[in-house]
Amino acid sequence: MRENNMKIEFDSVSENEGFARVAVAAFASNLNPTLEEIEDIKTAVSEAVTNAIIHGYPYSVEKIWLEASIREQTLFLQVKDNGCGIENIAKAMEPMYTTRPDLERSGMGFAFMEAFMDDIHIESQVNHGTTVFMKKTICGGEEQE
Amino acid sequence: MEEIVKLEGDVLWIQVPRELDHHNCGAIREAADQMLLQHPVREVLFDFAGTEFMDSSGIGVIVGRYKNIKCFGGMVSAIHLNERIRKIFLLSGLTKMITIYEQEA
Ligand SMILES: Nc1ncnc2c1ncn2[C@@H]1O[C@H](COP(=O)(O)OP(=O)(O)OP(=O)(O)O)[C@@H](O)[C@H]1O
Ligand SMILES: [Mg+2]
Repeated sequence: MRENNMKIEFDSVSENEGFARVAVAAFASNLNPTLEEIEDIKTAVSEAVTNAIIHGYPYSVEKIWLEASIREQTLFLQVKDNGCGIENIAKAMEPMYTTRPDLERSGMGFAFMEAFMDDIHIESQVNHGTTVFMKKTICGGEEQE
Repeated sequence: MEEIVKLEGDVLWIQVPRELDHHNCGAIREAADQMLLQHPVREVLFDFAGTEFMDSSGIGVIVGRYKNIKCFGGMVSAIHLNERIRKIFLLSGLTKMITIYEQEA
């Protein structure tokens, strides 16, 4: 059975959004994804990491943990912060719902994660932090040896 | 440094960067709003010719400029969308709010 795991810890600064996207894309490349699948994954990672930076840690630079694992053809992702947490997860996941219109946020982040990944699940506790779990099975292009 | 906004008549042309995310959207927002304050602009045109990636942060920037110019009777448009950017526009409902010129990237 194919199995591979990785974990990165990085600071909650915006230049790490691009870094996180590229890191996961490179990790997932072993699954031989299509260009579209890669774009889907990059968008989902970007949304989760940006949320941790903007919403999780609005006042200071703290740590974000990104974990990815591969089981057969499925990519599992976890983006975790120890930030302020989400009071009402169901509400937060509604499209167009944002607590930060002042920052020109549009409330589409979770909607994109849902649209581009097969499954998303959020665990959060106010004042303790938030973890976003996502997974996507990669159908990919041609199978390579 | 290459300019990212340019006034052509009363159209404010914005060159969207290669990746439009939270990290990169501040520069566009500031450059555009400075021009909007100084000049009478009828249309804000986002040019995606060199853009490969956009997430919800990009939507925020576009909707924000739309709100700023709408009250002066202006419009917002976008051009040179590749297939991916087009998908993001569709999913977010942006296509209902702004004019998309059909030329592909
Ligand atoms: N890691 C997090 N920590 C705390 N709150 C969060 C976190 N992620 C999301 N939220 C809350 O959930 C809301 C919805 O998130 P979502 O990503 O869908 O929209 P947004 O970030 O507000 O806007 P957009 O993603 O379109 O820029 C946020 O406004 C915020 O209140
Ligand atoms: Mg978000």
